[in-house]
Amino acid sequence: MILLGLVAVPALAAAGAYAHREAPWRTAWLITGALLHLGLVAFAWASRPGPALGGWLALDALGSIVLATVSVLFAVIASYTVGYLRWEQPRGGRAFVSCLLVFLAAASLVALSHHFVLLWIGLEATTLAVAPLIFHRHDRRSLEAVWKYLVISSVAIALALLGVFFLATAQAGAGRPLVLEDLVAQGTRLHPDWLKAAFIFLLVGFGTKMGLAPLHTWKPDAYGEAPGLVGGLMAGALTSCAFLAVARSTQVALAAGVGPFIRPLLLAFGLLSLGVAAAFLVGQTDLRRLLAYSSVEHMGLLALGLGLGAAGSYGAVLHMINNAFVKGLLFLAAGNLLLRGAAGTHRTPVSAGLLLVGLFAVTGSPPFGTFLSEFAILGAAFQGGHYWIAGTALALLALIFVALAVRILGVIHGPSPGAAEAARESPWLVAGPIALALAVLLLGVYLPSALVDALGAAAGALGGRAP
Amino acid sequence: MARLVELLLLLVILTNFIVLGTTRLSTCIRAVALQGFLLGVLPLALYPRGELHTWGLALGTVAVKAVILPRFLRWAIREAAVRREVEPRVGYALSLLLGVAAVAVAFAISGRLPLPEGARAMLVPAALATVILGLFVLITRSKALVQVVGYLMLENGVYLFGLTHVEEVPFLVEAGVLLDVFVGVFIMGIVVFHINREFDSLDSTRLSELVDR
Repeated sequence: MILLGLVAVPALAAAGAYAHREAPWRTAWLITGALLHLGLVAFAWASRPGPALGGWLALDALGSIVLATVSVLFAVIASYTVGYLRWEQPRGGRAFVSCLLVFLAAASLVALSHHFVLLWIGLEATTLAVAPLIFHRHDRRSLEAVWKYLVISSVAIALALLGVFFLATAQAGAGRPLVLEDLVAQGTRLHPDWLKAAFIFLLVGFGTKMGLAPLHTWKPDAYGEAPGLVGGLMAGALTSCAFLAVARSTQVALAAGVGPFIRPLLLAFGLLSLGVAAAFLVGQTDLRRLLAYSSVEHMGLLALGLGLGAAGSYGAVLHMINNAFVKGLLFLAAGNLLLRGAAGTHRTPVSAGLLLVGLFAVTGSPPFGTFLSEFAILGAAFQGGHYWIAGTALALLALIFVALAVRILGVIHGPSPGAAEAARESPWLVAGPIALALAVLLLGVYLPSALVDALGAAAGALGGRAP
Repeated sequence: MARLVELLLLLVILTNFIVLGTTRLSTCIRAVALQGFLLGVLPLALYPRGELHTWGLALGTVAVKAVILPRFLRWAIREAAVRREVEPRVGYALSLLLGVAAVAVAFAISGRLPLPEGARAMLVPAALATVILGLFVLITRSKALVQVVGYLMLENGVYLFGLTHVEEVPFLVEAGVLLDVFVGVFIMGIVVFHINREFDSLDSTRLSELVDR
């Protein structure tokens, strides 16, 4: 019941918000939906509900981590949206808030699905829910961004569906069709050739949604044109859902014993993403495109962690949480600067400070959580004897640090707005990013034992272990 | 029934070639509508026992892929006053030749795959051919509306492959997939409509403002 509720509550809230013509009511629906969802997630963590819908919906360690990450990030973004809608009225009008809530419902479905087609349906729904949000201004640039995003993502996700059907062919009657538990339990009975083909299609399809290079081309445009809060939702929550889909595919492939085939693929995508991100970050002038390439970098790290296995899987799952919060923080802070115009008629000291904190968090500096997770991933590379992978990754990360620092410090110390007085930054617009900054800091100094257990279990499912 | 399935699959491949060869946008849409109809009839021919599940799938597919979406695309053409030509990047004759090559490749690949036995095995080459040709249309046609047609072809190809598993995948799930495709094409259509109003053209090559500087 709880599992169904996690999908149904935001979906109903979306319908409720769409029914109201007055903006305050829609905001109320958004906040209510986000908080109820957060409450249900907390309850689900405490009560560990059993599977629903005949095993299609279930809550395992990996899914519950993704679910909690998305829910927390969404609650923060919902509070930010209250402040945002006072500054700017998107042309979408009524649909804006509803699309946000539909996204939450679809993301919950992805996190809970243990049936591959259901997972696919959820992921496609997240794609579609976000499209109208990118396109909110109806001008040429946002049209171009949304068209690229729609075409590339839709084609990719169609290929992923083909991959799912390949998986069904590989399974050929071993256990319940396309149910994760049965695929893993019957791993050795899967047809290896069909399984390899399936994994390639799934990795390409879901990897495009993650934004792994060279499949990332939609990302800078979409993130660059979307409002800050939508960018945060995409870079934090949508990518986490796509990562979960890749992780599920990896889980099945590892259970079937084709690890030696899939690990090099994941490593190659990971390193290429780091390389492409570094190349495009150097000299990047647009702040949000900068953040988009940074997102490509972090998706690369996640793929590396999955591919390395051992402590790398643990690091990848932890890094997914950190990445979601840091990207939320950065996009919201950057959105605040842009709301007032980057050239600036107002000073925004709090948001600028948050951007600085975000810079150190996103580059994996201690004491932030990103340091721990990147350390775990790179450590796994050293321990596994992949010295050249670890070396290349370290060099690229250093280059990325310099490129990001130059640009973000440039924004913060940009031309002074002169005589303009410091703007009063609405608490709605800064409370959320501050909460995210504290969360990333907390993850760097103290991990709750429930989270450590869940991380260990998730890493175990992905062929790894806690370091 | 196997003969009927073969005939239907042959017609599906032929509709792909209509899209490749035609100069007119409206013919493209008609061809993909016909393809949607054939796809709707296929489950009935493949699984002649005619369970409720099969009928639901057939009706849903025909409604969405043969009636609603083509109507919607025609509405977009009319309302946005789109020019009626396809305006391809690769010529029609070359497109057809490459299409034939793609079908040959699809059959060659399918011949090497360990396939499920029975009438369902014939679905695989037709599915792969439709997927490849859908991607081909997406790449070689620059008009946004034709790209939507290409996407529908690709989606139809994936659906064809999915028919090999129709008994294992429950109806609810198939309905979800169909709904996603429907909403996807719907949003694409809305965007196409706005692109045409904003740019006075559906040519996606004009969408080139967003680059790294």
